[in-house]
Amino acid sequence: MATNILVVIIVTSFATYLSRFLGVVSAEKIKETSKMFRWFNCLAYSTLAALIARIVIFPSGALSEVDYLIRFIVVISSIVVYYLTKKNLVYPTLFSAIILSLFSSYL
Amino acid sequence: MINSKYFFKGFKSIKGIGSPAIALGASFVAIGALLKNLGFTIQESFFSTFLTYALPGSLVMAESMFLGASLINIFIAVWLVNARLYPMTVALMPLLMHENQPRWKYYLSCHFIAVSSWLIMKDNYENIEKKNRIDFWIGIGTATWSVAILSTIIGFIASDFLNKDILIGLAIVNPIYFICMMIGAMKTFQISLSVILGIILGPAFYFLSPEWCILFGGITAGTIAFLLGEKNGD
Repeated sequence: MATNILVVIIVTSFATYLSRFLGVVSAEKIKETSKMFRWFNCLAYSTLAALIARIVIFPSGALSEVDYLIRFIVVISSIVVYYLTKKNLVYPTLFSAIILSLFSSYL
Repeated sequence: MINSKYFFKGFKSIKGIGSPAIALGASFVAIGALLKNLGFTIQESFFSTFLTYALPGSLVMAESMFLGASLINIFIAVWLVNARLYPMTVALMPLLMHENQPRWKYYLSCHFIAVSSWLIMKDNYENIEKKNRIDFWIGIGTATWSVAILSTIIGFIASDFLNKDILIGLAIVNPIYFICMMIGAMKTFQISLSVILGIILGPAFYFLSPEWCILFGGITAGTIAFLLGEKNGD
């Protein structure tokens, strides 16, 4: 099993580094003022947004045990905290962890 | 070789009100606990975050191992969920490249590209002269990467004390951090539209294919936002 885990770790890190490496290779030929760069910029933000939305709406692991409505309330109220604290990132993240833990222990 | 002034300027990004340390820490503590429960040793958990440093990839690895997936299936699943790193790298590296800097810096430091470090760099690069951006970036990357590795070890050691409710609380921190940072990044029409369409289309494509939804949804959303943005001249 021990060698298996090591092989899995290496396969995982290779699969991950591959996209980063190919990104640098492509980036060498792309100017930051080009249309191509702006397109990739849009793709980067949209795939990130898609990933985050997927994690919240169709979670796997611990989050999947939380009711959809509670997840929704936590996300919306954390965004409100973010605006109330003048775009501080520490408060909404702490807030979300605490209220979700409380919700899942007492509801 | 690396300008220490800019390196430490980048390194300090883990302090302050925009700090990613809590969000990163929380999610990697959860990973550490998860890996321990999967039967990893502390060294293997350390190397997992050290070598991969991409949260969704590590989660997919853990899930696939739990289900007993083959190596090739693990490779494909991880590659798919982390393929977003490709457009992220292409959208970051041209901002950091300078003729006076050696190329190895780019190929080595691209390992640091992950959601939080990327969003911090995108938020700050305009304040740094182009020549020094790569050293600033290496500073950000080293800092966020170290937090991730340290948190994995803490999670591994503390796993017995982390009950289900705490793990659920930890799991929400990272998405919330990313959502808030994305909202902060929505400064132009094109980027705002990319984010909003990505949020809608990513989950929408889930019904067609759970594995491919991030890539399909993201590429469709980003391309529509790009075309509409170019048309509006923004």
